[in-house]
Amino acid sequence: MKKKSGNQCGRRGEKIFSNICIIPSLAGVLIFFLIPFGIVIYYSFVNNSVPAQSDFVGLENYKAILHNTSFRIASKNTALFSVIAIPLAIIIPLWLAILLERNIPCKSIFRTFFLSPLMTPTASVVLVWQVMFHNHGTVNQIIEKFGGNPVDWLSSKYGFYVIILMFLWKNIGYNMILFMSAIGGIPKDILEVAELEGASKAYQFFHIKLRYLSPTILFVLILSLISSFKIFREIYLLVGNYPIDRLYMLQHFMNNTFEKFNYQKLSTAAVLFSLVMIVVIAILLITEHFFGKDVEN
Amino acid sequence: MVSRKKTRIFNIMIAVFVGLVAVMFILPTVLTLANSFMTANEISANYGAMMGNMSGEGKKVFISENVNLKFIPDKATLSQYKSVLFKNPEYLFKFWNSVILTVPITLFQLAVAVLTSYGFSRYNNKVKNLIFFAYIILMLMPYQVTLVPNYLVAKSFDILDTRWAIILPGIFSPFSVFLLTKVMQRIPISYVEAAKLDGANEWQIMTQIYVPMCKSALISIGMLVFIDYWNMVEQPIILITDPDAVSALHPLSVFLSQINSGDIGLAFAVGTVYMIPTILMFLYGEDYLVEGITAGGIKG
Repeated sequence: MKKKSGNQCGRRGEKIFSNICIIPSLAGVLIFFLIPFGIVIYYSFVNNSVPAQSDFVGLENYKAILHNTSFRIASKNTALFSVIAIPLAIIIPLWLAILLERNIPCKSIFRTFFLSPLMTPTASVVLVWQVMFHNHGTVNQIIEKFGGNPVDWLSSKYGFYVIILMFLWKNIGYNMILFMSAIGGIPKDILEVAELEGASKAYQFFHIKLRYLSPTILFVLILSLISSFKIFREIYLLVGNYPIDRLYMLQHFMNNTFEKFNYQKLSTAAVLFSLVMIVVIAILLITEHFFGKDVEN
Repeated sequence: MVSRKKTRIFNIMIAVFVGLVAVMFILPTVLTLANSFMTANEISANYGAMMGNMSGEGKKVFISENVNLKFIPDKATLSQYKSVLFKNPEYLFKFWNSVILTVPITLFQLAVAVLTSYGFSRYNNKVKNLIFFAYIILMLMPYQVTLVPNYLVAKSFDILDTRWAIILPGIFSPFSVFLLTKVMQRIPISYVEAAKLDGANEWQIMTQIYVPMCKSALISIGMLVFIDYWNMVEQPIILITDPDAVSALHPLSVFLSQINSGDIGLAFAVGTVYMIPTILMFLYGEDYLVEGITAGGIKG
C-alpha cells in the first residue's frame, strides 16, 4: 500500500516532467507559426493591415484572389505538378525496390548511387542540368543525332518535364529505400503459403505485398507531397524568379506578392492553401485509418 | 539446374538495367566534380554558348555554337579551386553564411526535438495528442503557407534582414519532432522500468536511455534537416531582401544560381566545394540514413 502511493507520487512527477518537456517547442511553435497564423487569418478578412483603418470585408479578399489570373495559373501549375510527379515518385521507386529485392550483384553500390542525389545540394549540380537541357545542350545534340528536332527545353512547355525529371532524380532514391525496408518486413510465411498454393507473382504482388506496403506507400506519399511543394528551388536555380507561365508556381506568386507588401493578398493565399492542405491531409489520414485496419486483420 | 542458371542470367540482366539507371542518378554529381578540374579556358570553349545565352538578361540570344558536356577535362588543374579559395573570397564568405545558418538550425532543432519527443512519448493525454496532431498538420504545411506567419513575426520582432529571421523559425520546425516521436514511442517501457529500479530519474532516462537508443534516427533526421536547410532558397529570398543584407547574409545555395551566369569558369569548383559537407555526411551516415528512418518513419 505504502509502496503504491509512493509510486503514484513518482508517476505524477514524471507526468509533470513530460509536460514540461514540450513547453519550449510549444512556445516556439506558438510564437513563430500558430499565433501569427491567427493574424494571417484576420488579415484575410479585412481590407487594411493597419487595425485602425481596417474594415471587415467578409469574403471579398477570397473572391478577389480566386479571380486573380496569376494565382490561378500558379495554383494550376502547382497542382498539376504534384498530381503528375507524386505518383511517379511512388511507382518508380516501388518498382526499383522490387527489382533490387532479387539476388543481383552490386546491390549496395546501386543503393548508394540512387541515394546520392538526396545528399547532393541542388545548387551544386544545377549547372550540369543547364548544360544538358540548353538549346544546344547535350540532350538536344543526342536528339539531333537521331534525326529528331531539338526542343527548347527550359523556356517552353517542356520545361515542366525537366522539372519533373529533377524532382524524380532527387526523391526516387530515398523513397526506394523506404520501400526496400518495408518489403523486407513482409512476413515470409505468408508469401510461401501463397507460392505453395500456386498464386501467381502478380497475385502475390497485388493482393499480399501491396497490402502490407500500404502504410509505407502512404508515408512516402506524404513525404513526396511535402517535397513537391519545394520544387520552386529547382525552378528558381534553373531559370530564376520569372519563369515562363508553365513553370510559374505558387511560391513565385507568393514571392511577387511579398515584393509588393500586399498582406491581404498574401494572407488570403496562405489561408486558402492551408485549407486545401488540411482537406488533403484529412483524406490521407482517413485512408490510412482504413488501410491500417485492413492490414492488421 | 537449368532454371537456376536462367534465374542467374535474368538477375544479371536486371543488374545491368538497374545499374544503368543508377549511373544516371550519380552522373550530375560526378560531372560537376569532374568539370571542377577544368581550366577556365576549357570551360569557356565548351560552355561558352551558355554564357552568351545567359548574359542576355532573360532574352534569348541564339548562338549557333554547341554546349559540349565533357566528362573528363583535357588537362586537370586546380586553377578553379585556386581562384575560388584565394582570388574570390566572396564564395567562401557565402559558404560560411550557409554554415552559420544551417548548423545552428540543425543542432537546435534536434535538441528541441529530443526534449519534445520525449515529452510526447512518455505520457499521453488528450491535450498532448491534440498538440501532436497540430504538429503533424504544421509539418505538412509548405513554405508557401508558413513563410507568411514567419515574415509577420520577424517584422514585429524587428529581425527581418537578419539571420535570426531564418534560424528561429527553423529551430522550431516540427519535422524532426514528428519523426523522433515515432521512434521514441517504440522504445519498450521495460527499459524505463529497469532504469527506474536502478534509481534513474527522468532526465537520466531521457539522456542515457532514450538518446542512445535513438542514435541512428537522430543522425538520419539530422542529415535530412541539414540537407534541407543547406538547400534553402525560399526563406532567404523572402526574409532577407534589403540589398546590403542580401550581399552580407545570403547563403551560397541562393547565390550559386547567380554565379552560373557570370563566373561560369568557377561554378563547377564552387558547386563541388558546396557539396563537400553533405557528401561527407552521406559517406559517414548512409547506413544510419537507411536504418534510422525506416525504423522510425513507417507506420505514421
